[in-house]
Amino acid sequence: MNGPQDVGGRHGFGAVQPEPEDIRFHADWEKRVLGVTLTCGALGYWNLDASRHMRESLPPAVYYGASYYEVWLRALENLLVEAGEVTAEELAHGHAATPGKRADRRLPADVVPKVLASGGPTDREGPAPRFAIGDRVKTRNHQPKGHTRLPGYARGCIGAIVAVHGCHVYPDSNARYEGEQPCPLYTVRFAARDLFGDDADATLSVSIDAWERYLDPA
Amino acid sequence: MHDHHPHDNELDEMSARIRALETILVEKGLVDPAAVDAIIDTYENRVGPQNGAKVVARAWTDPAFAEQLRQDATQAIADMGFFGRQGEHMVAVFNTPDVHNLVVCTLCSCYPWPVLGLPPAWYKAPDYRARAVREPRAVLAEFGVVLPDGKQIEVWDSTAEIRYLVIPERPPGTEKLGMDALAQLVTRDSMIGCGLARSPDAA
Repeated sequence: MNGPQDVGGRHGFGAVQPEPEDIRFHADWEKRVLGVTLTCGALGYWNLDASRHMRESLPPAVYYGASYYEVWLRALENLLVEAGEVTAEELAHGHAATPGKRADRRLPADVVPKVLASGGPTDREGPAPRFAIGDRVKTRNHQPKGHTRLPGYARGCIGAIVAVHGCHVYPDSNARYEGEQPCPLYTVRFAARDLFGDDADATLSVSIDAWERYLDPA
Repeated sequence: MHDHHPHDNELDEMSARIRALETILVEKGLVDPAAVDAIIDTYENRVGPQNGAKVVARAWTDPAFAEQLRQDATQAIADMGFFGRQGEHMVAVFNTPDVHNLVVCTLCSCYPWPVLGLPPAWYKAPDYRARAVREPRAVLAEFGVVLPDGKQIEVWDSTAEIRYLVIPERPPGTEKLGMDALAQLVTRDSMIGCGLARSPDAA
């Protein structure tokens, strides 16, 4: 979606603010947001792509006005409301009015190390890749209303395949709960001038990871 | 509106908001607070850039391992004991005298957790995400890094589940250092591409 998350190459943002490397969190509430968000994944209502889509679906003014953990928290509330596990009234009162529906799927503390160590690999069996390393491709003018992982700055641009990663879960469909639809995934390299115009840094190339459904032969 | 006093026990808005949500979820039996604590402990105290630094130090000293990293970084890094959430599919990119690599996620905050821990705030902020792909030299200058004019820059925008680890150049004057001493020179930012490995004189 052409949402607030798609900021690559946009003008008008400010200076980066580096900070000491030993800072892990800026406040205790951020820790709880991280932990609660990850534990709620075990309830099985949403997948990675659907949760990303909920974050980018926040109104642009809210998204840009929020710190990243606030984005996570607001999206988590919305995911739980959408799942029917939490109501707006409960959020307003700060207490549960009804029991949970999927309490049987609650993540126990002793299972946390196993869950974090397993992760969620997205490689799948699927169709043979159409492109090979070195092939020239043109990204489609792909602007779905829903979730996609083709950034706006790289639409309609010609680049070269530099890696073939096998098939991975297709985020556009997975975010809509329409199945994983495994699709070949590539790394595509572009000269910055083909993305950002004649004034772009001549020494710069930018690579994205792109599913075959985003690409045409060039 | 009520007055806010710096030393009272009132919660700020975000603290109150997550406390309310966690309370609801615990009351519903959907969240075990000890599981939340375990996740926090993992990423606050156990998993962090010290892991990636070990990978880099080994890549500097062990050419066979460096080649493994080029061929199958996921397996090579897993063999060192680093794997799991947000590191399921790893690619290592090597800085050279001619090429500098920089990693970003313009669409969200994708980052290789098992080797670098949680991403820093700036990595997740729109300022970095917007500018890293268009004007990385200006971004690097904000980190105090100035690259030679002709050096090629390769930016990797993590738009899928592939996670990138930059292997910075080994600083000169480190030929006699062991793995532990070398790892001490490897900063987190150097493994994102926003810094360089420290010189042993400065370390």
